[in-house]
Amino acid sequence: MSELDTFREEARAWIRENAPKSLWGTTGSGPFEGYWGGSKSTESDPDLLKWRDLGIEKGWIAPSWPKEYGGGGLTRAHEQIIHEELKAIGVPRPIAGQGLAMFGPVLLKYGNDAQRAEHLPKIASGELRWCQGYSEPNAGSDLANLQLKAQRDGDDFVLNGQKVWTSHADLSDWIYCLTRTDPNAPKKQMGISVILVDLNTPGITVRRIDLISGYSPFCETFFDNVRVPAKNLVGELNEGWTIAKAILEHERSSIGRSIARQPGSAERDVVARSRKHLGVEEGPIPDPLLRDEVASLGMREEAFHLTLARVEQGAESGTPGPEGSISKIVGSELKQKRFELGMKVAGIQGLGWEGPGFDEDDLQYTRDWLRSRASTIEGGSSEIQKNIVSKRVLGLPEGKK
Amino acid sequence: MSGHAAPLLLLNDEQKMLSKTAHEFVRERAPLGRLRTFRNDKDEIGFSRELWNEMAELGWLGLQIPEEYDGLGLGFFDLCVVLEESGRELMPEPFVSTLLLGAQALLLGGTEAQKNGLLPGVAAGETLVSVAYEERASRGDFHCIETVGRASRGGFEITGEKVQVLDGHLADAIIVSAATDGGAQTLFLVDPEAKGVTITRQFRIDGQTAAIVRFEGVSVEPSAVVGKLGGGAALMQSVLDRAGVGLAAQMLGASEQAFADTLEYLKEREQFGAPIGSFQALQHRAVALYTEIALLRSVVLAAARVIDDKPEDIPRLASLAKAFASETFLRVAQEAIQMHGGIGVTDEHDIGFYIKRAQATYMTFGEPSQHRRRWAELHGY
Repeated sequence: MSELDTFREEARAWIRENAPKSLWGTTGSGPFEGYWGGSKSTESDPDLLKWRDLGIEKGWIAPSWPKEYGGGGLTRAHEQIIHEELKAIGVPRPIAGQGLAMFGPVLLKYGNDAQRAEHLPKIASGELRWCQGYSEPNAGSDLANLQLKAQRDGDDFVLNGQKVWTSHADLSDWIYCLTRTDPNAPKKQMGISVILVDLNTPGITVRRIDLISGYSPFCETFFDNVRVPAKNLVGELNEGWTIAKAILEHERSSIGRSIARQPGSAERDVVARSRKHLGVEEGPIPDPLLRDEVASLGMREEAFHLTLARVEQGAESGTPGPEGSISKIVGSELKQKRFELGMKVAGIQGLGWEGPGFDEDDLQYTRDWLRSRASTIEGGSSEIQKNIVSKRVLGLPEGKK
Repeated sequence: MSGHAAPLLLLNDEQKMLSKTAHEFVRERAPLGRLRTFRNDKDEIGFSRELWNEMAELGWLGLQIPEEYDGLGLGFFDLCVVLEESGRELMPEPFVSTLLLGAQALLLGGTEAQKNGLLPGVAAGETLVSVAYEERASRGDFHCIETVGRASRGGFEITGEKVQVLDGHLADAIIVSAATDGGAQTLFLVDPEAKGVTITRQFRIDGQTAAIVRFEGVSVEPSAVVGKLGGGAALMQSVLDRAGVGLAAQMLGASEQAFADTLEYLKEREQFGAPIGSFQALQHRAVALYTEIALLRSVVLAAARVIDDKPEDIPRLASLAKAFASETFLRVAQEAIQMHGGIGVTDEHDIGFYIKRAQATYMTFGEPSQHRRRWAELHGY
């Protein structure tokens, strides 16, 4: 038996022995599911907190980060095994979120020793929660058009401007920001720098944005003469665009994967809703056209999971490439298709916003359907992903957009 | 996958080498333009015997045939590596009839005598075996047949008509499905030279050679039964699952090549003073095709793998692979023509051959909606 096989057996045994039973089968164990940590967390589920503590003790919050930064010192292959074993029984990662999935790996690569030592251990312990400051009102798909000004003043940068779609900024402690440090650069991709900002700094205002679903994971974050120590610059001044793209690749592949959940879960979900709303407990779904659409969804879902597995099996490094774009394109469309079908089978019972005459699960489903419309927009719209694949994978010439 | 770990979807070093060798062989020796020549010449055979023999010498025809029958004893996965490459140039050589239908039927159901008698010849490129299962009235459902095999004088007497029997006009042996007593299907091995067999060559859009095969009171011995008496439908289903996956591998190769040719055209064809590939309307459609082909590759590899490693998963993944390949290849072929513009609809250009093959393969071994229905049944809805 290889060392990895032995490790898998140990990991499986440990997880099954220690993961609180109430958490089994609750998630797809993706990078954004579960307890996100941070000083503002109001999480009160004792099992989730116990699981967090066990994970920290075991060193499995960030299994592949170096031990000196609070990681487990394992290889990416080991980390993959841990995540697969969690997924096999639907238990969340002990801590999830952007700090672990996106910011940490990038700081490991582009940050300096002092920055790593300052920030990574607090992410790996769940002490601090991070969010991302990327988009602005005039920098959406055209992200490089960002204008949040960071001006050097003595030992500080002074930030002025606005970020938007700063997910969970209201619950986070720190934000990693793309800023404009050289407004006169010859290309807009030049003159951008990555700066780390403590959200408690005076001059920052965070406001929540309501979505069509009625929920609000997103915020706008305003910066009014916010002073940030110059040591919080990551990488070289004016060369932040490379880092920004690396973070985006992590984001895309993470979003694709987090949509994936368990193989077959979207199909089972629509079948269950069909049974409920059509009143057929077993046997074939009586509407052959609907059944065909559900099977189409199921087949596509399986093809998507097999493709994620194929990429995973072939991956030799921890850095996602353009395939992150492909998984995001397909994954987000699959998610929408699932909710479209789920809404279709519910008929008018899917039209409830709140109140009497609607089942709780249907009300929730309708909100989730509305939320799913963002999946082809957030993290770079499907159109932007296609531009990236067109240029970087297919090698098609750039033209007028 | 349903909660299980995904099958291994990567090629090992030997398979990578095999893929590379086959790729170069097909590109150099079997360019797609041959289809035009075979068609215009009304070529009697319809493919190249020489090429078929060369591939036998390279060991490709016997890749999956066990060593005791003079094959290499490798897996179906290895065979699919070669099939994918053969699909790139739409090779009309008898891969489907002999390797995917005939050999699979023999491997799954053949008696020792039948296997000893035919498989070494298949591996050597000397023997062609066709399976005659489709009838005018079948409409893609192999259960629907009118051909009968009546018990007679200690043996059977077969009467009926099969259509579009691939390579039927060249077959050294034909395996035919017929309803035997009680209505259940049985497969029989028939000598095409036997009394009562009439074979008429057919010409299809895709250049795959085929024939109408008529059986008029053709007598066979009990030893001609392939598999169990009355067990023909189950055997046929297993054969078609494997054949569908092998065909899907060819369809993957064909999709890859049609897309590669189209991509090249997008980069060199200029209109409005710029390569048309710089237009976003075409770029996004090209990416959509690329994505579908990436998904198709995963399902084909998975289905090929479980044929060797995990038989209980074959029905699901075989239906997945065939359905996905059908939709993807046809879409790629349609878009390939559209993106080529006017030249794409001329007979002079090769790209138009892909849509003919795409339509033919779409309809072969079950069209997508049939596979989706089966998928739904297998998933309990």
